Amino acid sequence: MGLTGLEIYKQLPKKNCGECGTPTCLAFAMALAAGKGALDSCPYVSDAAREALDSAAAPPIRAIKFGNGSVLGDETVLFRHDKTFYHPTTILVHVSDVWSDADISAKVEEVNGLEFDRVGLHYSMDGIAIVNESGDAARFAQVVQKVAAATEKSLVILSDKVEALQSAVPPVAARKPLIGSATEENYETVVALAKEQALPVILKANGLDALNDLVEKAQALGYKEFVLDPGSRKPVETLANLTHLRRLAIKKKFRPFGYPVVAFTTKNEPLDEIAEASIYVTKYASALVLKASKKGQVLPLLTLRQNIYTDPQKPIQVEPTLHAVGDVNENSPVYVTTNFSLTYYSVEGEVEASKIPSYILPVETDGTSVLTAYAAGKYEPEKIAEALLNCGVVDKVKHRNVIIPGYVAVISGKLQEKSGWKVIVGPRESSGIVSFARSLSL
Amino acid sequence: MPVTLVKERFPSKVGEVTLGATAEQGGTRDSVVVVGGDNLLPFLHFEGKVVHRPVIAMEVTDIVPPWNEAIKAQFGDVLDNPAAWAKKCVDEFGADLIYVKLIGADPEGFNRSPEDCARVVKDVLAAVGVPLIVVGCETPEKDNEVMAAVAEATAGENLLIGLAEQDNYKSIAAAAMVHKHNVIARSPLDINICKQLNILINEMGLPLNKIVIDPMIGGLGFGIEYAYSIMERARLGALANDKMLSMPMICTVGYESNRAKEANESVEAFPDWGELADRGVLWETLTATALLQVGASILVMRNPAAVKLVQHNIADLVEVAEA
Ligand code: B12
Ligand code: SF4
Repeated sequence: MGLTGLEIYKQLPKKNCGECGTPTCLAFAMALAAGKGALDSCPYVSDAAREALDSAAAPPIRAIKFGNGSVLGDETVLFRHDKTFYHPTTILVHVSDVWSDADISAKVEEVNGLEFDRVGLHYSMDGIAIVNESGDAARFAQVVQKVAAATEKSLVILSDKVEALQSAVPPVAARKPLIGSATEENYETVVALAKEQALPVILKANGLDALNDLVEKAQALGYKEFVLDPGSRKPVETLANLTHLRRLAIKKKFRPFGYPVVAFTTKNEPLDEIAEASIYVTKYASALVLKASKKGQVLPLLTLRQNIYTDPQKPIQVEPTLHAVGDVNENSPVYVTTNFSLTYYSVEGEVEASKIPSYILPVETDGTSVLTAYAAGKYEPEKIAEALLNCGVVDKVKHRNVIIPGYVAVISGKLQEKSGWKVIVGPRESSGIVSFARSLSL
Repeated sequence: MPVTLVKERFPSKVGEVTLGATAEQGGTRDSVVVVGGDNLLPFLHFEGKVVHRPVIAMEVTDIVPPWNEAIKAQFGDVLDNPAAWAKKCVDEFGADLIYVKLIGADPEGFNRSPEDCARVVKDVLAAVGVPLIVVGCETPEKDNEVMAAVAEATAGENLLIGLAEQDNYKSIAAAAMVHKHNVIARSPLDINICKQLNILINEMGLPLNKIVIDPMIGGLGFGIEYAYSIMERARLGALANDKMLSMPMICTVGYESNRAKEANESVEAFPDWGELADRGVLWETLTATALLQVGASILVMRNPAAVKLVQHNIADLVEVAEA
């Protein structure tokens, strides 16, 4: 990524023979920098040059895939306003092999049930991290298989003991778990196990200097599917480490730290733990292991994750076409709103709750809220009238009444004039729609 | 091998603003609160100094608020008595500041007179020793009268008063100047308007260290990401020595987060969302903790249970990391 033509040119043979299809090496370098053509077209490029170019062209943070569709890393910026964050923090719930079988089953069931719908989006928990706290390899292997059988979600398999990993991992390798942790003491065997099973592995060291050494040594084993754990278990230190790792990877292209990072919460009280987790979701954790798993605790965290990882350039939008809620008929009320997904679903949820089948027309406002759109001149009476008359609702209802958001009450006269429909000003907040709808007599 | 870490050395820092005044300083507060002053990105102790930790202002209104029962129940019987309510916030819940919102002034509601509003503020001042933030009812013309009266009646107390907005900042900035208070400058999630407003207020003669920015926020699940990025940009701007962006930021966390359905609906109504008890508290908590990560200095909060969690979070983050 981001190599200039000149940087590439320096690595080329400079024969200017034209065999690559461009007349000169420089022209070829420029084409490569622009993302056109492949290095392989030059028959003379040396192995050393190829490797230098490959690694320089690699993304600053490697993408690591595991489990059921989980992708870690592959981020390119430090601040979401610089572009966007791409791969939302993968969140996993801690399950220990010292728990009773019944407790483990209950926990896995609970995690499986962590599915949420809000404002038109679906959130769920990504997976389970099975931790070998018993120290017993056989018990660990048994629990890993039990959990694997009970969930489809992504798995992380964690033990300090090589034997425990050796017995637990191979039977579930097909599930492509993330395994760990390889440390200074055991990295050769653990990385060998990961390599043999083709699985990503967590490298854990105490502090960044030690982590750097460990990565260098592990890479020398000819493997690169790594996730980093800088070992800190205090929020302020973890925040510092997550920031250092991300900065070095992005700003300095420091290769040893060009891997995703996993964070672990330490607070025991679940609500404090969720607050702690919010630090790591906003600041750079690629994966996060936590203990809390109650719905009411997890939904706020997953919502924050979704918010932070939305693309700042593109608000989430809905189709600006007529939507029917419930079993509509020719007397159904007609609401107009905007096509900003948050706005639309706030309204849809309440219209649904009113139990009165209705039509909702989200007017195209480039995905902006009612007042933002109004302030930006994207929610003018002319535009709403046009959308209303062209969306087909004219043939679907026999009345001519349209309900508008309370915040834009000022446009009602003009809208009535432009559309010929009677304009009814609804409540300001969508939460008022249920009682408002009941009081409507159309 | 030791790794050479990237430590930013910023040319500037967030400005410091002092709120409240003790007897020697011409007021009646037990102590003052100073916000801002940091020369680092939030809580990255390795590249600078957290000079003043972020603070929590708890919300008190002059009429019984229409909040949900889960929040109201935690206050017992003080919600119809702003002074007792404020005292409870400080004594029991550890509020650093009290944020008095004079909703009773609303011409379409109780339409209380500016004098009555000023009396409420005086009562609260008498009941607590912490500095106060005072805002009106969000009806600009009325607020201008109300805040002028409040500013005068509390001269010397060095309050933080609001809200100054792009199309209505003059009266409030003037009131602050004459009676020596600080001003909240609010802009709708827009860096340029934010700077412009600070310039306008400053041109009237109010020093920059008497201004606090309210960038307007969205709550969790309802646009917090816009606030998050605007605030992150503002913080970077302040550190890069953009003087018109360098004021500390105040966030109306309690108000925005508790508007969300997710902070109010029971588990019976939304079985998939889990228990309201945890969900409601966390909705406000995470709105606060996320904004702490992008430089919030004053969090205006309402749910005591959330305040407690955020106090823990702040304590964890300001604790200096061991080398
Ligand atoms: C986030 C935000 C932005 C984001 C945009 C987010 C987006 N995708 O829309 C950004 C930063 C880009 C932005 C920009 C601007 N914004 Co803006 N922004 C906000 C903010 C903070 C939240 C808006 C939001 O997302 N609300 C949540 C959604 C769900 O609310 P909603 O659409 O109104 O829907 C609710 C109700 O209206 C109701 N409802 C909706 N439809 C219907 C239909 C019916 C029939 C009924 C009954 C009810 C109903 O239900 C919903 C839930 O209650 C508000 C202030 C605030 N806290 O409200 C300012 C605000 C809307 N913005 C404002 C302004 C002025 C602007 C700008 C013009 C100025 C600027 N900052 O440069 C620009 C315009 C940008 C452009 N050219 O497009 C002003 C509008 C002033 C006014 N009264 O006209 C506000 C009110 C801030 C303020 N107090 O000054 N903004
Ligand atoms: S084939 Fe290789 S050596 Fe020949 S011009 Fe192209 S880049 Fe240069």
